[in-house]
Amino acid sequence: MARVELENVGLNYHTEAGEVVALRDVNLTVKDQEFVAIVGQSGCGKSTLLSLVSGLLKPSQGLVTIDGNQVQGTSKRIGYMLQQDYLFEWRTILDNALLGLEIAKERTPEAMDAVKEMLKTYGLGGFEHYYPSQLSGGMRQRVALIRTLAMKPDVLLLDEPFSALDYQNRLSVGEEVVKILRERKKTVIMVTHDIPEAVSMANRVVVMTPRPGTIRSIHPIKMCDEGLTPLQTREVPQFREYFGAIWKELNADA
Amino acid sequence: MPNAEYSPEHQNYLRRRRLHVLLVRGAQLFLVVGFFALWEVAASRGWINAFIFSQPTRIWAAALRLAREGELWRHLGWTVWETVLGFSIGTVAGILIAILLWWSTFISKVMDPYIVVLNSVPKVALGPIFVVWLGTTITAVVAMAISVSIIVTIMMMHTGFKEVDPNLIKLVRTFGGSKGQVLWKVVIPASVPTMIAALKVNVGLSLVGTIVGEFLASKAGLGYLIIYGGQVFNMSLVMASVLLLLAVSVILYYGVTLLEEKVSRGRA
Ligand SMILES: Nc1ncnc2c1ncn2[C@@H]1O[C@H](COP(=O)(O)OP(=O)(O)O)[C@@H](O)[C@H]1O
Ligand SMILES: [Mg+2]
Repeated sequence: MARVELENVGLNYHTEAGEVVALRDVNLTVKDQEFVAIVGQSGCGKSTLLSLVSGLLKPSQGLVTIDGNQVQGTSKRIGYMLQQDYLFEWRTILDNALLGLEIAKERTPEAMDAVKEMLKTYGLGGFEHYYPSQLSGGMRQRVALIRTLAMKPDVLLLDEPFSALDYQNRLSVGEEVVKILRERKKTVIMVTHDIPEAVSMANRVVVMTPRPGTIRSIHPIKMCDEGLTPLQTREVPQFREYFGAIWKELNADA
Repeated sequence: MPNAEYSPEHQNYLRRRRLHVLLVRGAQLFLVVGFFALWEVAASRGWINAFIFSQPTRIWAAALRLAREGELWRHLGWTVWETVLGFSIGTVAGILIAILLWWSTFISKVMDPYIVVLNSVPKVALGPIFVVWLGTTITAVVAMAISVSIIVTIMMMHTGFKEVDPNLIKLVRTFGGSKGQVLWKVVIPASVPTMIAALKVNVGLSLVGTIVGEFLASKAGLGYLIIYGGQVFNMSLVMASVLLLLAVSVILYYGVTLLEEKVSRGRA
């Protein structure tokens, strides 16, 4: 079943300096509970694509649908994680995790209990009343994930979610996040420019062309289908073959 | 205290740090005490004319006389009250206007040149206008204090609002937040440090406005005392008023610092 569908989607940015064609003729179907990674050079329109799916931007051409319904503005069904955790330094961890619920005016006692439970489950029990600056990068990233999951979205959009972490943390936080998202049966679209990260986590890797961005090719990754975790996937011999194929396509224009 | 767990080298380092702090404090104390002592001696030995330069003991006597007559607290009270009023109104109105400018890019673009021009006008030049319009009243003095602080507040706060990380705003928008929610949940809390900085600037500016206002339009307050003392050539009264003014500004500034500590507790 198609959860997210983009049909002939294009997007132009208008500025005084001129018109920028960021995306052109993008066609992509994401199935329920599928993890799709999008790789492409910086500036090829990856973030723009996520903004279109999230409803923050309206396409200039084409149609974006979730479960067959056209996307019109932001929706609770879609969770969007930005490039950094962007925790509010003036709020405690608990209040940060409750931000989305608060904005939706759903900060009920039950919702708060659910969030506290999630904090406990993901190793943040006892840190509710700490401030973000007192936490490590990996912990902060988990808070940001909980803040998104608290809204119970079906679809998660991740925009280079691990790029602010150092290499060691990227691997462990990535492993954790994938585990959580699989447990909760989320449909995920993740943007990255890190090919190994994409191959280790996704069911399919989408390669985009440089600007104006469009889809060059789609690579199904069999390890994820088999249920291997990202770290296990990195150990499989085929990992290098996938990497090589995608790397060659990404650099075809360079 | 020497800590048994520190190496002798580290203890030595700590001792030198403490000595350094003590030296700085000592030098500071010496400067102020020395200044007044020298002034006293110079005046009593006739090196300077005590009638023109006054003298610490005469200033003290003038202040005591004011206090006994009950005048000291009245004048002090007026100045503090006018400053607090001007400061509060100027700050609140300035912040509200800055919010309006943040809210509407159109209004902020339209207003931009006027704000720049108003900012470059020396506000004390408006004093006589306030006196003509509002009479020699407390209203004129407070208007003076407000006019000195409000434009700076608008500019500082508007700049602060615009410098809030756009990604924090994007985050709120991904949760479907409205513009009002962006303002309350992100822009204002993120601008608290700017607000404190504006308060610190405004305390001093409001006091300037108040004193100038009192010069022009008042029958009470430290500014009035200074002008009056000058006219009757009572330099001890003038100096006493100036020193009191110094104390008022230190206390007001300290008040804002206390507020800052309270607000920033818990923040990173
Ligand atoms: N708000 C905007 N106005 C004008 N141009 C933009 C805007 N946002 C992005 N762009 C341009 O659109 C292109 C795609 O941007 P983006 O989607 O952020 O790329 P990516 O996330 O792949 O690095 C870039 O060339 C960028 O300069
Ligand atoms: Mg991007």
